[in-house]
Amino acid sequence: MNKHFVFITIFLMVLFSCNEDTGDNVSIASVSLNFSHSWDDAPITNSDFNIIKFTNANGEVLSITKLRYLISRIILENASGETLPINGYNLVDVSKNESLLFRPINNIPQGDYKVSFLFGFNNEDNYNNNYLDLNSASWNVPEQLGGGYHYMQLEGKFIDNDLTEKGYAYHAIRAVDASKQPLKFEDTFIKVNLGTVNLTNHAQLNIDMNVAEWFKNPIVWSLEERNNMLMPNFEAQIAMFKNGQNVFKLKSITPSK
Amino acid sequence: MEGIALGEKLFFDPVLSIDNSISCADCHAPEFAFSDNRQFSEGVNGTQGNRNSMPLFNLAWNYDEHFFWDGNTFSLEHQAFVPVTDSTEMKSTWIDVQNKLQNHPEYPTLFENAFGSSNIDSTRIAKAIAQFERTLISSNSKFDQFLLGETDLSPQEQNGFSIFMDEARGDCFHCHGSDKNPLWTDNIFHNNGLDETFTDLGLGRVTGDPADNGKFKTPSLRNLAYTAPYMHDGRFATIDEVINHYSEGLKNSATIDPLMKKVGQGGVGLTTSDKADLKAFLLSLSDYDFINNPAFLNP
Ligand code: HEC
Ligand code: HEC
Repeated sequence: MNKHFVFITIFLMVLFSCNEDTGDNVSIASVSLNFSHSWDDAPITNSDFNIIKFTNANGEVLSITKLRYLISRIILENASGETLPINGYNLVDVSKNESLLFRPINNIPQGDYKVSFLFGFNNEDNYNNNYLDLNSASWNVPEQLGGGYHYMQLEGKFIDNDLTEKGYAYHAIRAVDASKQPLKFEDTFIKVNLGTVNLTNHAQLNIDMNVAEWFKNPIVWSLEERNNMLMPNFEAQIAMFKNGQNVFKLKSITPSK
Repeated sequence: MEGIALGEKLFFDPVLSIDNSISCADCHAPEFAFSDNRQFSEGVNGTQGNRNSMPLFNLAWNYDEHFFWDGNTFSLEHQAFVPVTDSTEMKSTWIDVQNKLQNHPEYPTLFENAFGSSNIDSTRIAKAIAQFERTLISSNSKFDQFLLGETDLSPQEQNGFSIFMDEARGDCFHCHGSDKNPLWTDNIFHNNGLDETFTDLGLGRVTGDPADNGKFKTPSLRNLAYTAPYMHDGRFATIDEVINHYSEGLKNSATIDPLMKKVGQGGVGLTTSDKADLKAFLLSLSDYDFINNPAFLNP
């Protein structure tokens, strides 16, 4: 279902056209993005789902039952500042192994690149498109909150002050104050910079999301206070945006097929 | 084309059952949006199953292709295999069905036309039925017409839709789709708080994972006007009972979905007028043309 179309810009052709006889520079690399998830140092997989075993910075114990989020606008920038944008997006769903790997992006000239992507959609992508695969995944944001799409759905259970299990739904969207007309928005998609990588042959960028960060830094998140109905909660969305700044890390680069 | 017509004929023909007494359509009748009006369907000799019959429409858009309430069967072609031999449904054997059809005055020619050979086997039977099932498309409810700008919703329906889409009130859209996902289901499995303990494990029976106990496939909300009773075990006779369930009847259990957020208070606590508006909206998803489409009736 993932549709990752790679449109290589004109600048590639320019690169190809030079140095044909020396043979260097024309080597081609490919890159793929692989997403893993952790709770600080402990890896999270499917099999950890549903078990109340994580402790957040606020000292609350919780489980994860669902983790889906959207990645878009992957950009490779070479040393001279030229950018190679990768069209397409990926809905990562931790319960679906095939969604963890963003298909290889081929035909990239070897070299050093700054790699970045967006967590969520920028406003252009968010509002100007009708993505049928995201619609059928019920990924939409209601019109009364401005429409567009979710950025993340993190759900699970936590033990509340009465020592009972309670559900939480940490859903990230573009922050909106719907108490006023017209709606008041603030951008909350996040540009994630992975740093500079040297691309030779077939590289797989292993990117890790530290889920604990969403509850930690700079705002210590209290699930007791904020567990549900967070989509129309402007302040909660801003807090997610702040806490989301450092959730992604480039863990390693490995050769891939 | 021939495949679809053949599938339709088979769908309505009791020849698939052991004693020629029931057809698919007995439990999946057009007037009930291809479901039935019983709590539990009755198979051959009146044997009852333990699940409510499911309506059949827009099946081609179930992208994950997990069918049944618990997702037990993958793909429509495989699904059509099940009822014929199920002891609570048609209770037949494939050898018997093949013999009956092969010696039938019409079927060999119909298979010849559809498949290029008059040879009849279970694969071809299932294929033809699946082809017919994929043509059962429901897309002309009042709400569909509203989305196309052909009609207006009443203020009640409009308000009901807002409640449905409001995280602080109904919050139905996270599982049941929206104007952007007019299948009105996510085709995923959830525990929507029906029970504290489970007699039917649902998805948990299929995966063997206790974390899946009590989870069932989210049904589409299209055509509710014709598909009562509701839920996998048909426990609710009316839409009002369903709404009351979400408003104040939720039961807690280990696997209840986190989106059933106010389970501690029994539910989202809708006002009487909100309940009435929500119901009016839900009914606007019913498609009168679908259940009266002559192309889908007994040939
Ligand atoms: C005795 C009643 C009965 C008969 C006869 C019957 N069904 Fe069903 N059907 C059911 C019930 C009950 C379910 C739900 C079963 C479950 O979830 O375990 C169902 C489920 C289905 C589904 C799954 C729909 C979904 O969305 O997952 C399909 C498709 C289907 N039936 C097609 C057929 C076909 C084709 C035939 C004839 C070959 C048939 N059925 C005969 C009762 C019946
Ligand atoms: C967490 C996901 C979820 C949410 C949120 C949710 N539902 Fe459901 N709904 C389900 C599931 C799963 C079933 C089937 C449960 C079963 O049969 O065991 C269901 C069944 C139904 C049915 C019965 C349909 C049929 O054909 O049997 C109706 C009607 C319904 N829901 C309406 C609503 C309304 C209205 C809301 C909002 C107040 C809502 N649902 C919120 C998951 C959800």
